[in-house]
Amino acid sequence: MDMAQSESIINSPTQKIIIEEKRSGLLRVDWAELWEYRELLYTLVEREIKVRYKQTAIGVSWVLLQPLIAMLIFTAIFGRMAKMPSDGIWYPAFILTALLPWGYFSQAITRSGTSLVSSANLVTKVYFPRMLLPLSAIVSPLIDSLLSMGLLFGLLMYAGIPLTWKVITLPAFILIAMLTATGVGLFVSATNVKYRDVGHAIPFVVQIWMFVSPIVYPVSLVPERWKLLYSLNPMVGVIDGFRWALLGKSAPDPFMMGLSLIMVLVVLIGGIVYFRQMEREFADII
Amino acid sequence: MSEIAVQVDNLSKRYTIGARREKYATLRDRLVSGASRLFGRGTGPEADATNAMWALKDVSFSVKQGEVVGIIGRNGAGKSTLLKLLSRITAPTHGRIEITGRVSSLLEVGTGFHAELTGRENVYLNGTILGMKRAEVTEKFDEIVAFAGVEQFIDTPVKRYSSGMYLRLAFAVAAHLQPEILIVDEVLAVGDADFQKKCLGKMEGVADQGRTIFFVSHNMQAITRLCKRVIYLEDGQLRHDGSPHDVVKTYLHSGLGTMAVREWLDPVKAPSSRAARLWAVRVRNEEGQYTDQIDIRKPVGIEIEYEVLQPGRKFRGAIDVCNEEAVLLFVALEADPEWRGRIRPPGRYRSIAWIPGNYLAEGTMIVNVSLDTVEPLDYLFKVRQAVAFHVVDTTDGDSARGNYAGSFPGVVRPLLKWTNEQDLSNTQERQSVSGPT
Repeated sequence: MDMAQSESIINSPTQKIIIEEKRSGLLRVDWAELWEYRELLYTLVEREIKVRYKQTAIGVSWVLLQPLIAMLIFTAIFGRMAKMPSDGIWYPAFILTALLPWGYFSQAITRSGTSLVSSANLVTKVYFPRMLLPLSAIVSPLIDSLLSMGLLFGLLMYAGIPLTWKVITLPAFILIAMLTATGVGLFVSATNVKYRDVGHAIPFVVQIWMFVSPIVYPVSLVPERWKLLYSLNPMVGVIDGFRWALLGKSAPDPFMMGLSLIMVLVVLIGGIVYFRQMEREFADII
Repeated sequence: MSEIAVQVDNLSKRYTIGARREKYATLRDRLVSGASRLFGRGTGPEADATNAMWALKDVSFSVKQGEVVGIIGRNGAGKSTLLKLLSRITAPTHGRIEITGRVSSLLEVGTGFHAELTGRENVYLNGTILGMKRAEVTEKFDEIVAFAGVEQFIDTPVKRYSSGMYLRLAFAVAAHLQPEILIVDEVLAVGDADFQKKCLGKMEGVADQGRTIFFVSHNMQAITRLCKRVIYLEDGQLRHDGSPHDVVKTYLHSGLGTMAVREWLDPVKAPSSRAARLWAVRVRNEEGQYTDQIDIRKPVGIEIEYEVLQPGRKFRGAIDVCNEEAVLLFVALEADPEWRGRIRPPGRYRSIAWIPGNYLAEGTMIVNVSLDTVEPLDYLFKVRQAVAFHVVDTTDGDSARGNYAGSFPGVVRPLLKWTNEQDLSNTQERQSVSGPT
């Protein structure tokens, strides 16, 4: 064979892998390995995005159409019929600002929750850090959401709501949503490997979660004595943050925001520990 | 080159049988016990050992860099488990593996292929899943496509591919992996004969580059051709580890307690009766050599050597041939016109039953041997699993499988005479028969 190939073998740093029954520390994720496999993450995300709109007539337009239709339905039911208060903000803008981060979040936990099971053939046939599967499902709907942000900006322009400097804080709120989804996704996907019940329960959980998040109603509607409990839901901070950054609503309560952040960390670390615990059995029981 | 690439110590893997179907009370109970386990209390997985099964038990070996190691054994012997452990897909219950170098495993061709994606997209997808960098895939892309011979269709979704094209493309990606350690399950058993030859050639090329390879196959020819060393697993344990010739031979014989040549030199242990005593049973080929490897096209002789002890009796040998699934293929009674119904005086005799070529299917054949006397009918002895031999099919195209290289069912594989005739009789005539009605 040609020289270049054999040389590359000799020059590549020899890595040593040790496989044994003992579990290394639960939180000790092999970050170096995850980094080593970053191209696979990229490939998995790419696969999911490409496959998603194959053999559809209008393709990527669904990314815009879905939130648009949801906005129209919610505006008709909650805005017009139920006369839901919206802190004085035009209801379509009020609801769409929440629907985008929520849409991302619900997609991320739904897809990551079933990611391991739907890629069972990969899990049983090839090694890679298992976390990449739920992670790729957390990343891929982000691309959809970024595209649909265009729709939101269009609507805000139409409504004459000016963009301010606060718009640069949006990535921080998106990050909170991502980290929450990661924690939940790791937990759900690992459990789903053993108990497919979880897969069936995901849609209900998402629906309930939606109603305990300030999507169709403003946070101001929540009674004061429930506020503390209410803020344990990290999506409260995310959605409130979006409305603050885009609609000029009053800033989220720093105390509540802090509580949300602590919850994000708890969920994330819990998810990682649980996933690490379950990971070793995946290929045997999936 | 003599550095250790893979060191395996006391490797064991236990599966809980029917773990997924076990009667867990409720999900809630499970969550509670799971939670207590998570926090270090509770019984843990060691407790319920009753329905556990060891797929692999205390296996140790070490492999040097550049060694090509074949792994053989019956279905369920632990081959796949070993490969899964080596490729880190599943974790051991006990023991330890130390691997030095980059590993790629190929337990299936086309892992991760997505039907909706094009050939090009799948090459990248599959390549990165198998551990290549995207740049590496780009570099080898043309070579991969050419190897598979699908240049024209590379931008077509693979769901429109024929199954042959699909497999060729999938294998082509895998064949271009450049790991230091390659783990390959039975993947050569796909595609047509030409493509199989190409794959085997490619594997030899990989082996020649000094890479360490683990190779599982039921194809003993491929094993002996590719490997310098063979590990034989039985019931999850390492039964034999050595040169391909020795190990393959042990494999073909053992588990059955039989071999190509079986001799009873000690009269006490020999199957016998007052009338006769068995000396040997042997498997021979046309050239008279005793062998356990029989070309499917060639006749195979089962030789029974016995000594007549009692005068005045008419003897009749018989064989039964079974395949590895213990299906009785046929019984054959001695039918030599020269000796039929003739009294055999005391002394040594050798009866040979010739099974014609192009008759048996490929695989291991087990032969039971018996000796009777007729008039009066008397069963003298029967030796079960006296000898075993392996029928090897060919890809030369002149056996019953012709050029077909896929899995070939059937307990026998006769090469039948086929005739074809083109019907040149007057078509008008036929119309005139069916016409007026």
